[in-house]
Amino acid sequence: MGATREEVVKVICQDYGNDRSRLLDIARDVREQLGCVDSPAVDCIAEVLSIPRVEIESLVSFYSFLYSEPQGQVQIRICNDVPDMMKGADRIASELEEELGIQVGETTPDGKFSLEYASCIGLSDQAPSALVNDLMVPRLGAGTARRGVQILKERGELKELDKLLIRDYGDGNNAHDLVRSACSNNIRKAGEVILAEMRRGAGLEKALAMSPVEVIREIKTSRLRGRGGAGFPTGMKWEFTRAADGDRRYLVCNADEGEPGTFKDRVILTERPDLLFEGMTIGGYAIGAEDGLVYLRAEYAYLREFLEHALAKRRELGLLGENVCGKEGFHFDIRIQMGAGAYICGEETALISSCEGLRGDPKNRPPFPAQHGYLGKPTSVNNVETLCCVARILQRGSGWFSAIGSPGSTGTKLLSISGDCMRPGVYEVPFGIRLSEVFAMCDAQDPMAAQVGGPSGKMVGEADFDRTICFDDLATGGSLMVFGRDRDVLEIASQFMQFFVHESCGYCTPCRVGNVLLKERLDKILGGHGQPTDLEYLQRLGESIKMASRCGLGQTSPNPVLSTLESFRSAYEERIRDADDVEESGFDLQSALSTAQTLTGRKSVHFED
Amino acid sequence: MGKPRVATTSLCGCFGCHMSLLDIDERILSLVELVDFDRSPINDIKELSGPVDIGLVEGGCANEENVKVLQEFREHCRVLISVGDCAINGGIPAMRNMVPLRECFREAFLDGPTVVNPAGKIPDDEEIPLLLDRVYPCHEVVKVEYHLPGCPPSADTLWEALNALLEGRSLELPYELIKYD
Repeated sequence: MGATREEVVKVICQDYGNDRSRLLDIARDVREQLGCVDSPAVDCIAEVLSIPRVEIESLVSFYSFLYSEPQGQVQIRICNDVPDMMKGADRIASELEEELGIQVGETTPDGKFSLEYASCIGLSDQAPSALVNDLMVPRLGAGTARRGVQILKERGELKELDKLLIRDYGDGNNAHDLVRSACSNNIRKAGEVILAEMRRGAGLEKALAMSPVEVIREIKTSRLRGRGGAGFPTGMKWEFTRAADGDRRYLVCNADEGEPGTFKDRVILTERPDLLFEGMTIGGYAIGAEDGLVYLRAEYAYLREFLEHALAKRRELGLLGENVCGKEGFHFDIRIQMGAGAYICGEETALISSCEGLRGDPKNRPPFPAQHGYLGKPTSVNNVETLCCVARILQRGSGWFSAIGSPGSTGTKLLSISGDCMRPGVYEVPFGIRLSEVFAMCDAQDPMAAQVGGPSGKMVGEADFDRTICFDDLATGGSLMVFGRDRDVLEIASQFMQFFVHESCGYCTPCRVGNVLLKERLDKILGGHGQPTDLEYLQRLGESIKMASRCGLGQTSPNPVLSTLESFRSAYEERIRDADDVEESGFDLQSALSTAQTLTGRKSVHFED
Repeated sequence: MGKPRVATTSLCGCFGCHMSLLDIDERILSLVELVDFDRSPINDIKELSGPVDIGLVEGGCANEENVKVLQEFREHCRVLISVGDCAINGGIPAMRNMVPLRECFREAFLDGPTVVNPAGKIPDDEEIPLLLDRVYPCHEVVKVEYHLPGCPPSADTLWEALNALLEGRSLELPYELIKYD
């Protein structure tokens, strides 16, 4: 006989020292071992941790990888970001709906399969793709998804899905024993900063020969700016964190890359984990932290074991732990904190909330994380790529680094390129590269538009193809989607808006409600019912949402609409009806009445035709 | 030239906005000097007689009859005004928009704790207008020129708005008239 629910929960809580701040881990484990975090499980956790039920319920309801109701043993999440939809993700979905006899969002009656959509799982260059439990399944061709499900249906035992579903492993470390993934790295262009080889410890040894202040000065001299998108100078962030009052400090690595179309961190984590951990250790030394956290997005859970192994190896070599590299008094270690499926957690204050075992709600700023971050202590949150740059800067010098790229944006940038081009994948390019050069590189023939920086970035058209990728012109955290002539920019904008509607945490009204209104009005125009006043409405509402939202999500979520209004205004105007056409409102009487007609079994008497 | 004609109607509203119109008190005597009333619950005229200058609409569209009346108003009125929160946002009736119509019917006619309906039949009499799938604000059904917010808009707001429109000047409502807490 297995353990009772109470026993299971008790053991899990004990594993995390009955620590309320580890509630996210506890809920994840409960979900894994009991299938879901249902009401009785919530009671158990509440009792063991002595916290109110509502704190657990609100956490579970927030994250898309936590469930309060049982899910299928095999959970299929079809990625529905724009590049995946362009490659037929909806066809895959209907194929599976037919094969399983359920709709997206449902579980089969035998409890074997659940089917749902996922926002972006980080495989846009290998679309269409799906996440099956923890297993990445890229490049789904016609019929392959159906065949995969048929294979699983025939099996009684649903273990080791990779052996059943995957024929070939990907290149590089994707074939590593601890990864065994079908994902490809698709590294099309390796640069000198991130994707070049590096001996373990090469940067760290140099850093430890300097004082922490000197390390920060080195980073400031390199003019390194954060790679997550906002581009804040890393040296300055570290200086603030170091200077803040606190008995402990934390260095947190943001590996929650969720911006649709971004997948470069997946490649870094697969191929250069040591470069990242080295950068974190240097960062810990510089700001005076002993603890590092990697916040790893739930979609990348398949990399966890591999990363843990890399950490263990570094401990063995004395590159982590007490007296790192023999440096007396410098202790630093790294823990991997798993996320649970929430785009908003890529925002640094939401990420901190999530690490603390809370809903991923953003926090008010000030105080900034540098003063009041993880568990109230000074914290520096840095992007994966930024920390890799740090390790390389220490190894090769700030002068070398700042000679690459453009004056305001030094170094290289990893681009995740997807969409209508012949060579999608990861490119390491110097900052300052022109968009047209990027198109030539990825073999995009006759592109019509590019989405730079993901949905929260900018949609640009031909007039902007000579602009450059850098913080002062077209900034991007890495995502670059290419769209060919036959794509509909309004349709794309609408899909991006759907993404934000789904991912808004709901805390502030402008974002929670405003994005829904934006999408509704955009869809009205798409449906051919738009009026001239609708364009002004979109513009004004979009600006209001940006101005009145608390965090980066709401401050950027209207961008799909606002940037297409700017770059592709004619696409809107072509669909707008004449201003004098007062009868036309887009109201569809037939569909509005159809339910009542079915329920009462009679036709309308006021409108007879 | 006759006096400007005004028509009013209440769709899915509570008649509170019309009560508010009556709250202009003795000014109603001046109002009838200024305008002629066409179809309105105030004079109990049931049908629009022809072209009208100003149409005041209270309430949103919850059923087919509301849509029919609103479309007639749109057809005949030169200027159409949504009066009050139900006309503008759907208001209290729109609370049902969160619940699918099928469930609303089940609660109201079949499963509700106080329902006695041995036949288990959803009423289908033609006298009962068919409900729409949700409650729509007026401007989602027809084009509306102006919105007068409030629940209800106060008598002074209505009076000011009508006078501004009749005199052809722009409407300026003092803060007290559009503050609701």
